Amino acid sequence: MARTFSTRATFRPSGDSYRLLPFRFHRLQKESEILVNECGEFVVAPAGTAEKVVRKRLSPAEGIYATLKAKHFIYDDYSSALLDILASKYRTKFEFIRGSTKLHIFVVTLRCDHSCHYCQVSRQTLNKGEFDMSKDVATKAVHMMLESPSPHITLELQGGEPLLAFDTIKFIVSIAKPGAARLGKEMDIVITSNLAFLTDEILDYCKAEHIKLSTSLDGPETIHNANRPRPGGDSYQVAIEGIKKARRALGADRVAALMTTTQLSLSQPKEIIDEYVRQSFHTIFLRPISPYGFAVKSSHRTGYETDAFLNFYRAGLSHILDINRRGYNLVEIYTKILLQKILTPEGTGYVDLQSPSGAGLNVLVYNYDGDVYATDESRMLAEMGDMTFRLGSVMENSRAEIFKKPPFVSLLQAACNQSLPGCSDCAFQPYCGSDPIYHHATQGDMVGHRATSGFCARNMKVMEYLFSLLQNGDSNIQDILWGWVTDRNLAEIRESVPQ
Amino acid sequence: MRLHTAGTAQGFQKAIVARVTTEPLPAGARRDAVLTLTSLESGPDSFRGYAALILQQRLDGNPISRPLVHSVREIDHLRSGHIVAIEPRNGFIRTLYRPESAHNTLFATERCNSNCLMCSQPPIDNDDIPALTDRNLKLIDLMSPAPEYLCITGGEPTLLGKHLLTILSKLRDAMPSTYVHILTNGRRFAWADFALQFAAVRHPNLSLGIPLYSDDAALHDYIVQARDAFDQTVLGLHQLARHGIETEIRVVLHALSVERLTHLADYICRNLTFVDHVAFMGLEHIGYAPRNMDELWIDPMDYQDQLERSVAILSRFGIDVRIYNLQLCVLRKSLWKYSKQSISDWKNVYSEVCDKCAVRERCGGFFQWATKLRSRGIHSIPA
Repeated sequence: MARTFSTRATFRPSGDSYRLLPFRFHRLQKESEILVNECGEFVVAPAGTAEKVVRKRLSPAEGIYATLKAKHFIYDDYSSALLDILASKYRTKFEFIRGSTKLHIFVVTLRCDHSCHYCQVSRQTLNKGEFDMSKDVATKAVHMMLESPSPHITLELQGGEPLLAFDTIKFIVSIAKPGAARLGKEMDIVITSNLAFLTDEILDYCKAEHIKLSTSLDGPETIHNANRPRPGGDSYQVAIEGIKKARRALGADRVAALMTTTQLSLSQPKEIIDEYVRQSFHTIFLRPISPYGFAVKSSHRTGYETDAFLNFYRAGLSHILDINRRGYNLVEIYTKILLQKILTPEGTGYVDLQSPSGAGLNVLVYNYDGDVYATDESRMLAEMGDMTFRLGSVMENSRAEIFKKPPFVSLLQAACNQSLPGCSDCAFQPYCGSDPIYHHATQGDMVGHRATSGFCARNMKVMEYLFSLLQNGDSNIQDILWGWVTDRNLAEIRESVPQ
Repeated sequence: MRLHTAGTAQGFQKAIVARVTTEPLPAGARRDAVLTLTSLESGPDSFRGYAALILQQRLDGNPISRPLVHSVREIDHLRSGHIVAIEPRNGFIRTLYRPESAHNTLFATERCNSNCLMCSQPPIDNDDIPALTDRNLKLIDLMSPAPEYLCITGGEPTLLGKHLLTILSKLRDAMPSTYVHILTNGRRFAWADFALQFAAVRHPNLSLGIPLYSDDAALHDYIVQARDAFDQTVLGLHQLARHGIETEIRVVLHALSVERLTHLADYICRNLTFVDHVAFMGLEHIGYAPRNMDELWIDPMDYQDQLERSVAILSRFGIDVRIYNLQLCVLRKSLWKYSKQSISDWKNVYSEVCDKCAVRERCGGFFQWATKLRSRGIHSIPA
């Protein structure tokens, strides 16, 4: 029997029967809009497309019909909707939830020699007993950390200045390591330090125990010293010497630096970025200005700060892209996190930009006195008298109790942007977070009001900016940004992409 | 390159699969051997024990009472170590396996559940599965030394059902280090129980080449001439990924697949991120393709933009890309690094313009049947 061929029309959907899958949309510029589905897949289309789709005026003959169908915006009577595939993509996006708390921050002491403007918690005292974590608290905190179901955890030792309580660090590591090994958990250990008290003994210890160091570098000398006062006014010098020393002992990849954005930083993005290049760093995090500490006391300035931050971010990112174009690999982390969410099927577990929010779910802070907080910011609020996000205490509660108590439950109720007013119908929802702690701190309400939210305004604008960069950026910019997303340096990505 | 010949068969009823020897073997080593001879010079005793004889000379009667094909037109291509199948019905002698080749295949069946517009080997609706399965199992027994690479092709190999599992299990046990590549439309793996049984064979060195021609289900289905094929193939790919089986996606480039090529690249990055690589392949002008050329033909010169953008989408995402069957002179220079010389040795030729070409050594050349319809871009590249 000879086989014959069927015409193309045989394989067409009937046309008037398509149905909608969940998606949201947002006007980008006058003439274009973006449609985004539950899994973060997007289509940039002429303005009016969403309305046309919803009013069932789209014809299968239009090219965008097949695109919207392939991307799970619509389905029709021609074929199955492949909902299993959509479900699998949804699962992948939310994979970061699995395993629950991964980052465990131990505040081993509140004592610190620095008196940074943005820090509310440090104490200038020599009295060890008062503000250091006791062995009893440490033991119980380690126990609670190990109760977390995650097979891969990070133990972050911070302060105050944790190296002032080096013995406490050693004690915690000495019980955490065998504990994790017994449970088959992998554990990374990081000490977050200003490096002022770094000694050869400490470095030998870090090397032997495979401990990474993370420090603060707020920019060039003028900014860093102004942001981070210390007796002698030499915090910059101390940090730079510490970084060099630590790199020599541990290797460059074991020493990281993080920048805190302040009012002073906002006008000097290039200077800050150039400082990171001068110090041979290959990542920089243009973090939003913190609403805690002093900022929270003057919340009327939020709007002003959002604009100032956006200018800072845009100027900074464009300078960073130039630096990359000239051949120096420098990744901007805020952009990288958002682009991973926009461009790939993966989600990312960055506390401030995830939904459900990572506060408590993905990070827990164990304070020196045994109190457990949802985030480092929660602890800052507590120091200022607001105990809303004190979830419990290692001295009184089990991990299970903490997750059932009112503070965590109310936090969780405001943690999913899928169900927050203003977020639930926002096109950028799959890329964004909820940050109930920020909204509590700035608006007195964990749910918050998006129209006046600095968090919302900033992320909306940043994402609009990133989409315009993706739509209009030349192939050089595409290569650089994709390199960040896929952890490849420029040479590697150029090697693999047509040039 | 000659892969079959024929003569007059005598003295056997069932097809014989045996290893060629051009030199006489000692009596104990003849069981699976077929001896080739230009003429009979010695008596019947010297042929005792061979599986068969291939004889160029014409014979009347069968004086040696062994399975025999005489009056064979051509025997020079048959070398010791080759494995052949000999058909009693028509005296066909088909070379199934050549140890010196890097492109050996097991031909699973001529049947197929798709009917692609550009199929290079159009399916035939005969129930050839039991006979071909027997032949392939015997072939595996005789392959020695084990090849580095073996391709299972058809037709559609998954139509073998449990027989495919038998063949795969045998390969796993007999030659575990042989890399097995199965060319399949992947549709049958949409059924979870089949995917599970297939995975349960646990072949240690296996990958599947599965075609996907569009992100648009209707267009893919039209190209392969089978409704629901897109959904089945995509679900099949996911089932295979769930079991950790390596897959490659194969995209034949023609006017219909080029239409939405960049969308297909996007689709792969979102829905099929687990694939090992994506292969873009030039169209072969054989089989069904000439009949449907009005719809299929696009000069490769005219899809270089789409191809480059699609390759950029995939490679930026981190998916490995390969390009097959496209000559370097029609391929944009930025895409040369993806080009692989892939045409099987037995169907690979070069044109006279290639003689003066400086990059001939790096180029895949042509299919031997691609000589009629060619890109206007074919030219020799100066040194």
